[in-house]
Amino acid sequence: MTAGLTADLAALTAAARAAIDAAQDERALDEVRVRFLGKKGELTALLKTLGALPAEARPAAGAEINVAKDQVQGWLGARKDALAATQLAEALRADQVDVTLPGRRQAGGGLHPVTQALVRIERIFAGAGYSVASGPEVESDYYNFEALNIPAHHPARAMHDTFYFGDGLLLRTHTSPTQVHVMERQAPPIRVICPGRVYRRDSDLTHSPMFQQVEGLVIDRGVSFADLKGTIAEFLNRFFEKELEVRFRPSYFPFTEPSAEVDVQCVHCLGSGCRVCSQTGWLEVMGCGMVHPNVLEMSGVDSETYSGFAFGMGADRLAMLLFQVDDLRLFYDNDLRFLRQFN
Amino acid sequence: MKFSEAWLREWIDPGLSRDELFAQLTMAGLEIEGAEPVAGEFSGVVVGEVRSAARHPDADKLSVCAVYDGAETLQVVCGAPNVRAGMKTAFARVGARLPGDFAIKKAKLRGVESCGMLCSAAELGIGDAADGIMDLAVDLVPGTDLRAALALDDTIAEVNLTPNRGDCLSIRGLAREVGVLNDLAVKAPPIVPVVPTHAATFLVRVDDGAGCPRYLGRVIRNVDLTRPAPEWLREKLRRSGVRSIDAVVDVTNFVLLELGQPMHAFDLGALEGGIEVRPARAGERLVLLDGRDVALDTDTLVIADAGGPVAIAGVMGGTRSGVGAATVDVFLECAFFAPLAVAGTARRYGLHTEASHRYERGVDFALQRDAMERATALLLDIVGGEPGPVTEALSAGHLPVREPVRLRQSRLNALVGVEIAPEEVDAAFARLDFELVGRETQPGTGIVWTIVPPSHRFDVEREADLVEEVCRIHGYNRIPARRPVAPVPLREVPLASSGETELREQLAGLGFQEAVTFSFVDPALQDLLDPGVTALRLANPMSSEQAVMRTNLLPGLVNALRLNVSRQQERARLFEVGLAFIPGEPLRQEQRVAGLLYGSRLPESWANGREAVDFFDAKGVVERLLEWAGLRAVAFEPLADPVLHPGQSAALMVDGLRAGRLGRLHPEIEARLDFAKPVYCFELDAQAILGRGPRRYQGISRYPSVRRDLAIVVPRAVAAGAVESVVRETLGAILVDFRIFDVYQGKGIDSTEKSLGLGLTFQDASATLTDDQIGRCTQDAVGALERVLGARLR
Repeated sequence: MTAGLTADLAALTAAARAAIDAAQDERALDEVRVRFLGKKGELTALLKTLGALPAEARPAAGAEINVAKDQVQGWLGARKDALAATQLAEALRADQVDVTLPGRRQAGGGLHPVTQALVRIERIFAGAGYSVASGPEVESDYYNFEALNIPAHHPARAMHDTFYFGDGLLLRTHTSPTQVHVMERQAPPIRVICPGRVYRRDSDLTHSPMFQQVEGLVIDRGVSFADLKGTIAEFLNRFFEKELEVRFRPSYFPFTEPSAEVDVQCVHCLGSGCRVCSQTGWLEVMGCGMVHPNVLEMSGVDSETYSGFAFGMGADRLAMLLFQVDDLRLFYDNDLRFLRQFN
Repeated sequence: MKFSEAWLREWIDPGLSRDELFAQLTMAGLEIEGAEPVAGEFSGVVVGEVRSAARHPDADKLSVCAVYDGAETLQVVCGAPNVRAGMKTAFARVGARLPGDFAIKKAKLRGVESCGMLCSAAELGIGDAADGIMDLAVDLVPGTDLRAALALDDTIAEVNLTPNRGDCLSIRGLAREVGVLNDLAVKAPPIVPVVPTHAATFLVRVDDGAGCPRYLGRVIRNVDLTRPAPEWLREKLRRSGVRSIDAVVDVTNFVLLELGQPMHAFDLGALEGGIEVRPARAGERLVLLDGRDVALDTDTLVIADAGGPVAIAGVMGGTRSGVGAATVDVFLECAFFAPLAVAGTARRYGLHTEASHRYERGVDFALQRDAMERATALLLDIVGGEPGPVTEALSAGHLPVREPVRLRQSRLNALVGVEIAPEEVDAAFARLDFELVGRETQPGTGIVWTIVPPSHRFDVEREADLVEEVCRIHGYNRIPARRPVAPVPLREVPLASSGETELREQLAGLGFQEAVTFSFVDPALQDLLDPGVTALRLANPMSSEQAVMRTNLLPGLVNALRLNVSRQQERARLFEVGLAFIPGEPLRQEQRVAGLLYGSRLPESWANGREAVDFFDAKGVVERLLEWAGLRAVAFEPLADPVLHPGQSAALMVDGLRAGRLGRLHPEIEARLDFAKPVYCFELDAQAILGRGPRRYQGISRYPSVRRDLAIVVPRAVAAGAVESVVRETLGAILVDFRIFDVYQGKGIDSTEKSLGLGLTFQDASATLTDDQIGRCTQDAVGALERVLGARLR
């Protein structure tokens, strides 16, 4: 081993170290590698000088040079990794976005709140085996009245402010005609709900000349008023997701007997009295009853073998209660600022 | 119907508080809809007697009165024009409190001391009369508290009676119902027949016995109609919502309210010949008491004399024979008109009267004689006069027949769903005045009751009616609530169709907001959006803007859009699912789905919102719906539609049949409707979209696909759809994807031509395609385009 070689090596490694540290990118680093470790590199050149050494000195000198080569190689690798890491960090920094900016998309749409209430009603009844039926909105006098036990001149017709076309055609005043269509085409057992638009000549804060109803009809052997009560009470509890008290008041519909109006404990104040229930604690939500035997018979159902119940509710009213809407007319204005609140 | 609680309690007092009584009636099906006190809240007001009244020395319109309040005589200054010595009136003493918490103090009016105040009815919240102080009955004792003297601690209740309960349209009927509910007897005022003082009668002939089975008449001579009905009677009318007119009208109204029997009084002097009850004859007219001159139709039952009709039976009298202050002799009518004879009549003439309301629902056909006697006695008390005998024209065969009705215990229990004790049924029938004509036990059925309903009930004809009565008396809320028991078949979920809700959800997912618009629309708008079609017209619309049934869904959506634009909404995507009413024989009610797109394509934001919607946004929505429906054989064809832009409108064809349309509204229509930006719309047959094509696995090729892009130039008139068809037909199954990635017209391309960039993707299910194959396919496609469409490679 010669002191000269050792000194040369030290100088070379120091120079390599400096050059490596000074390299700012991969290309510069590669130039450093070539300068020191390439075929014509400075360290490589040093190896070539080994031949000039005495044979016994060669192994030690070779080893010393190799150690230096390894050292430089190691520095190069470390520097390369460091440069890559820096580069990645810079690239990531450059790609940074403002995550608080809004996303890119079409505006959301949605179903009308009354439709949503109707869907909810359908789903609740579908679970108990009810199917959904629909019927025409321009109806004949027969289906809207006669077949429902409301002959011409019946005072109950005054309860329905009807839109007429002439020729016995009218806009259905309730969804009950669909009951009749269903009974005519399907033999019992029947479990069906009939949602749809209905029309009455009435317009104020709580009435719209067009509104939406859901009719329910069950015909089977042994169907009783107790079944009706159970169905209605359970439905209301499911619909509002509250255990609400329900009461049945005798009423009159020509197509059901016994007939009842159904009041539910106010969903807002739970019965203590508020603006929504006009301080009564109760909300009138639907009419119902046992299907009148005349109606069964007119539709070809044997009233001795079968009995059934029917109920009809205002989908708008239920939607108002569900979504706390205080003016029915909002439903038919179709103001987007209103509709979007239910998306 | 309005009624006075105190009046009802005169007939029956069940020992219930006001709230309890009203709740009981409501829960029995006689819904009490509202109740208001008959008078305002006041205290310290007594009956006062005006001993003297003299002009105030310094004020023309004021009087200085001496008022006796039962203890002392006080000086009171009063401004009422009707104050006079000797009258009894309402006197608010010093210290009294009037409605509005207004305290009465000693005061000086124009220098004269006033110790209290004489009050008008309005000042005490008793009705509206404000034109003078109360003129009370002279027999009232001065000093008596006014609330007690006039029974002012009473409530005017509004009961909502269903059409089947015409029997409750009177104090008598309500009292009967309260009696039934509480198992109490009714204290009806005794009715004693009045002894005639002369034998004069007036001839009555009934031609239509079916319409008028019973007609009672009575002549009362020499009445004095200048005398008003007494305070107590007028007050009862007021508390029933009926205005006081004169003594005779007031008495007939009183009997109507009390007993439920409509009556009519004629001025006998104005009647000629005799009374005839008959259908009106063609051409006859009548001037009604409300002043209207109506032409009568021959379906109308009238009361006529030799001079023609004098009243519409059971609805309203005429002016010619009406009683007035000058009337000397009165002819009283008290009839039973059959419900069907009156039903509809009032409506036909745009009338609804207390009488028609009751006759339509059924008046107790056994009531007429009592009512006649009651009215006569009251009249004689008030206006004096000499009563004649009651004449009766009876058509007994036409009186309603109360048929026996049967109730089977087994049926009752099955329908109610719980066992009702037979004793309860017995008691209910007894209380309801149902005459029990049979009660036997049959094996398997249990007890069979047979009853005959009373003459006041017109709604008991079938077993179901009896079930209802028993339930009502038993109490609906005592019947248990049960979950129905039924087999539970699993739900059918059809493969070949989708639900309407899913369709709506698809559109909502595409950014559309659902609208629900009226099915009746403005005829002008309807005509604008479907010119030349005569829409179905309502005979009785609520307004001219809601007069015709829409023949498509555009009018409602356009209206909704207009409203939103007017409320500063700059962009909108609206849709509706509903019926269109297509006139014809028969009328077709087609379910459609339609939508509108307006404003920017995307909501305005840093990233988007700079481009306005165009035809292809609307088409994209339709394409998505078609894809969802699984429809393959679809085509869009240019469409000539008068409401759409001629260059931006298309018909949707499914299996060669028209299934909808889309495009931009015609710019002229946009302008007419004041839209500043284009409106794009689509309207599809909902049934076409709700069908759901089958989905079947087609396999996925394991071999790579290859894409070749072509730029071709074609004449401008060549439709992109034609280019696609030619390529697809030429290449068949090997072409797995075709797209047009560029359309260019302009610099470098002849003005009669356009350049299209086509992306063709090839793939084979069983092998890797070679360059040769792909080259050949591409050649074939180009060749076909050249041949068929005159295309060339760019």
